[in-house]
Amino acid sequence: MIPRSPRPGGVAIGSNLAAKLPAMSLSDVMPLERNRPRGSPPRRRRHVAWADAAIAGLAQAAAWLTLALLAGIIVSLVVGAAPALKEFGLGFLWSSEWDPVQERFGGLVMIYGTIVTSLIALVIAVPVSFGIALFLTELSPVWLKRPLGTAIELLAAVPSIVYGMWGLLVFGPLLARYVQQPLQAIIGDVPYLGALVSGPPVGIGLLSAGIILAIMVIPFIASVMRDVFDVTPALLKESAYGLGSTTWEVMSKVVLPYTKTGVVGAIMLGLGRALGETMAVTFVIGNQNQLDSPSLFEAANSITSALANEFAEAGEGLHQASLIYLGLVLFGITFVVLALSKLLLARLKRSEGTAA
Amino acid sequence: MSAPAARAGEVASSARSARLARAASRRRVNVIALTLSLAAMAFGIFWLVWILVETIRLGASGLSLSLFSEMTPPPLAETGGLANAIYGSLTMVAMATLIGTPIGVLAGVYLAEYGQKSRLGAVTRFINDILLAAPSIVIGLFIYSVVVTRMKSFSGWAGVLALALIVIPVVIRTTENMLALIPNSLREAAFALGTPKWRVIATITLKSARAGVVTGVLLAVARIAGETAPLLFTALSNQFWSSDLSRPMASLPVTIFKFALSPYENWQRLAWAGVFLITAGVLLLNILARWLARPPK
Repeated sequence: MIPRSPRPGGVAIGSNLAAKLPAMSLSDVMPLERNRPRGSPPRRRRHVAWADAAIAGLAQAAAWLTLALLAGIIVSLVVGAAPALKEFGLGFLWSSEWDPVQERFGGLVMIYGTIVTSLIALVIAVPVSFGIALFLTELSPVWLKRPLGTAIELLAAVPSIVYGMWGLLVFGPLLARYVQQPLQAIIGDVPYLGALVSGPPVGIGLLSAGIILAIMVIPFIASVMRDVFDVTPALLKESAYGLGSTTWEVMSKVVLPYTKTGVVGAIMLGLGRALGETMAVTFVIGNQNQLDSPSLFEAANSITSALANEFAEAGEGLHQASLIYLGLVLFGITFVVLALSKLLLARLKRSEGTAA
Repeated sequence: MSAPAARAGEVASSARSARLARAASRRRVNVIALTLSLAAMAFGIFWLVWILVETIRLGASGLSLSLFSEMTPPPLAETGGLANAIYGSLTMVAMATLIGTPIGVLAGVYLAEYGQKSRLGAVTRFINDILLAAPSIVIGLFIYSVVVTRMKSFSGWAGVLALALIVIPVVIRTTENMLALIPNSLREAAFALGTPKWRVIATITLKSARAGVVTGVLLAVARIAGETAPLLFTALSNQFWSSDLSRPMASLPVTIFKFALSPYENWQRLAWAGVFLITAGVLLLNILARWLARPPK
């Protein structure tokens, strides 16, 4: 298709071209002194008009498919949950009854578990991720930036089932022995506070699920934070350094205000991840439908773990519909959180274009 | 960055003796903050190292040839392996990648080459970013209600479809990003030579972005290789060898899930060996993908 270059040793169109590209201009590919067409254009060109339309159509169809996918998910969840929606209505959201025998269902226990574990995760993950992003953008020697950044991103690559098994069999027992039992010894008899740490010391419950979720979302939050910190114009930072600011002052008074929408977007992204995480939570949360004890060490349940444990065995009918209802609630919450995150990050990107 | 900061701090503090105390406290805050940042970095690395060490310690001892040649055993059996689960995982991951990659690449091409400014492009990009982070268990629910209830049985195909739906957004995202990096002058040069658009995409832009697209596919494979949630009620599991995708199929992650939560010692040992296999495979794929996508020197 591409006419042979008239120059000896002309440019070969190939994969290694990309590397040389920025320095290349149009005149390199097509010398300007050539003013007479040589020979006739290749014959095949006449037959490919349909190919252009076909590829464009296929590409567009693939894009529509993505949209159809989202619509399909929402429709199938609503249809699947319809019996439960009709039977319990919105009261489902604040009823804590979950009785497959009597067919009485309410999702409060699971919704509570999902929200509490995700909040615990954020409380731990946000400051740590900020520290990591600060380290990677301002402190780390250049040669260490890539290896350390990769190591943090590898945390996100570890499959969640590995976190789950490690959490249940390795981390949980240690948490029970070195955190829960000392806490019980200190504040176990104090009214109210004591209830927070009650429960058998086996290392399952809301707190261990929250901590493991924190480890899992740190890489997501940290890498987005690092990327948004990197968009701060060097001019702004250097001006602040030039006025005698310390690294911390540059970070907290220049970079952070400049990137705050992006930072909130990063946190929302982490929250979206934490809300929807399934296997790690299923392993360590204990899967018990109870709300009687406020203890962070007592077995509890979350939306995802209820689905993972009960769905395959639930017979068709109200039990299954209620589980799909839970799935719908989960998808609704994560959709809103992730959409907010995207909008905030997009706003930072836009302001980057105008301010720079 | 910290060296000029420290020097700048020195200049400021020596300027007026009255400001010495204030400068000292600012420096102290700075040192505390930077130490905490270093601690945060160490905290992150610490978990990675701990998890890897435990996985190797508890998993590597279970490695043997029978892991790859024998079926998943009943509880308390003397022997047994994970052959059917490994085979099931490999089959489903391969099929899902084969289905998901072309769709993802095409949609990525649409976003980068056709619909950069169009409304459909903007909406697709937004929805795709949400699908990328959406809970995978919801994908399982979707496939369950669309495929499993229609076919009246759990099946390998349902698992394949669920995994393919996870592949698509990952591939779309990386393909679009990589195509966006190709300079426009290259496209213009090809257009100026009279090349039709589809040929420009096929032989120039996609070809130049090849390494990046392959990286995206590898990352997608790494992601679905460890996915458990969408398989729980699509492919279910199978204790025996089955190469029939229309029947329930065992997979490594679901088998690990079942075995790890059991009280049987032989099952738990196999679960750790499986965890080791999955972790090693997924991390190697990730490192390979990153190496392919490394910035040119």
